[in-house]
Amino acid sequence: MIAISRRQILISGLFLWLFAVVGTTLVALTEFGTSDAIAENERRVLLRNLYALLPRDRLDNDIATDTLELPPSTLLGTGQTSTAYRARLQGEPVAVIFNSVAPDGYNGRIHLLVGVYVDGSLAGVRVVRHAETPGLGDGIEIRKSSWITGFDGKSLTNPDASGWRVKRDGGEFDQLTGATITPRAVVAAVRNTLLYYRHNTDMIF
Amino acid sequence: MTNNNEIIRNGLWGNNVALVQLLGLCPLLAVTSTVINGVGLGIATLITLVLSNTIVSLIRGFVRKEVRLPVFVLIIASVVTIIELGMKALFYDLYLVLGIFIPLIVTNCAIIGRAEGFASRNPVGPAALDGLVMGMGFLGVLALLGGLREIVGFGTLFANAHLMFGDAAKSLAIHVNPDYPGFLLAVLPPGAFFGLALLISAKNWLDLRPREKSATAEALVEGA
Repeated sequence: MIAISRRQILISGLFLWLFAVVGTTLVALTEFGTSDAIAENERRVLLRNLYALLPRDRLDNDIATDTLELPPSTLLGTGQTSTAYRARLQGEPVAVIFNSVAPDGYNGRIHLLVGVYVDGSLAGVRVVRHAETPGLGDGIEIRKSSWITGFDGKSLTNPDASGWRVKRDGGEFDQLTGATITPRAVVAAVRNTLLYYRHNTDMIF
Repeated sequence: MTNNNEIIRNGLWGNNVALVQLLGLCPLLAVTSTVINGVGLGIATLITLVLSNTIVSLIRGFVRKEVRLPVFVLIIASVVTIIELGMKALFYDLYLVLGIFIPLIVTNCAIIGRAEGFASRNPVGPAALDGLVMGMGFLGVLALLGGLREIVGFGTLFANAHLMFGDAAKSLAIHVNPDYPGFLLAVLPPGAFFGLALLISAKNWLDLRPREKSATAEALVEGA
């Protein structure tokens, strides 16, 4: 057996410690140097997503900062607090954009941005993140197909409850070729978001 | 010791990370659905390899061998985190596509493999060169496999190039056949395995060919 002296162990330990300190310092310095640019990038992407749902001339407030933290909710499909963005024109509420989740996609959770006007009609829906099958379920993405724009202008009364399903289930919304589970999950999640809005309108504005 | 030509030949071909060492397959198979994804991760891996090899070689004199592996891991993790932050700051849209795979570079055994197997035993110059050519070999395979899967799966090439090179690169995108229906298998993970298998067998075929020729030549000589 090779005997390692206490001294050697100590030196090795110190060496390792030194590297941990140097490595962490470098990462911290980089973080410090890039954090502004990263925050700006995140904000730019967020605004791009939000403005895709609401025409720019419908609001004049800073929608990215006029936010509301919503507690976890089964209707929104959220297990943690989620952020809602409020749009106003000259101080008057115009619309709210929810981060909601369809928990039952074909391959896990589908994250959505759902824009709802004050009157309860849909400004629009966009998919933020999903893991649906490429070429089939990913038709819910706006850059793959226009399916998601089928929600524009819809509300809880247009169509009524029985119409809030995909056509195969007797409702009014198209399914995608080769994918029924994905659109079914999105349709249900959008309707639930509208229900959430109806129950919580007072709290939101 | 090892001369530069040999290092270059090994990195790009003879001991190619992806085709011969078969290291780093997780990111390789996961991101190569398009050329641009492959190139993006390839460049990030290449930078990591060069930096980690250089640093490991610089400190090779005083790292005690009992703690060398944790030290290498620390170096690689720091380098990758710095690259990730840099990418978030400079190419955010590309980060949105590749982001989840960047931390995976840490787990790419090719990097610690080169650190332990080459950089810790060689001077800075050859170590950096080794990182560069090993990275280029890996990048080449990522791009090739990405191209293969993109053209078979989507019928396009260089789609989304603007994510990396700015809007000017939008014109790079080639739609080989606009009516192409797409071939799902190539895009899904199995397509990555098939594609890699084809590339490996193509490389082995190319390697074996000249040997067969010379073997026949020898047989002819013997016969005569």
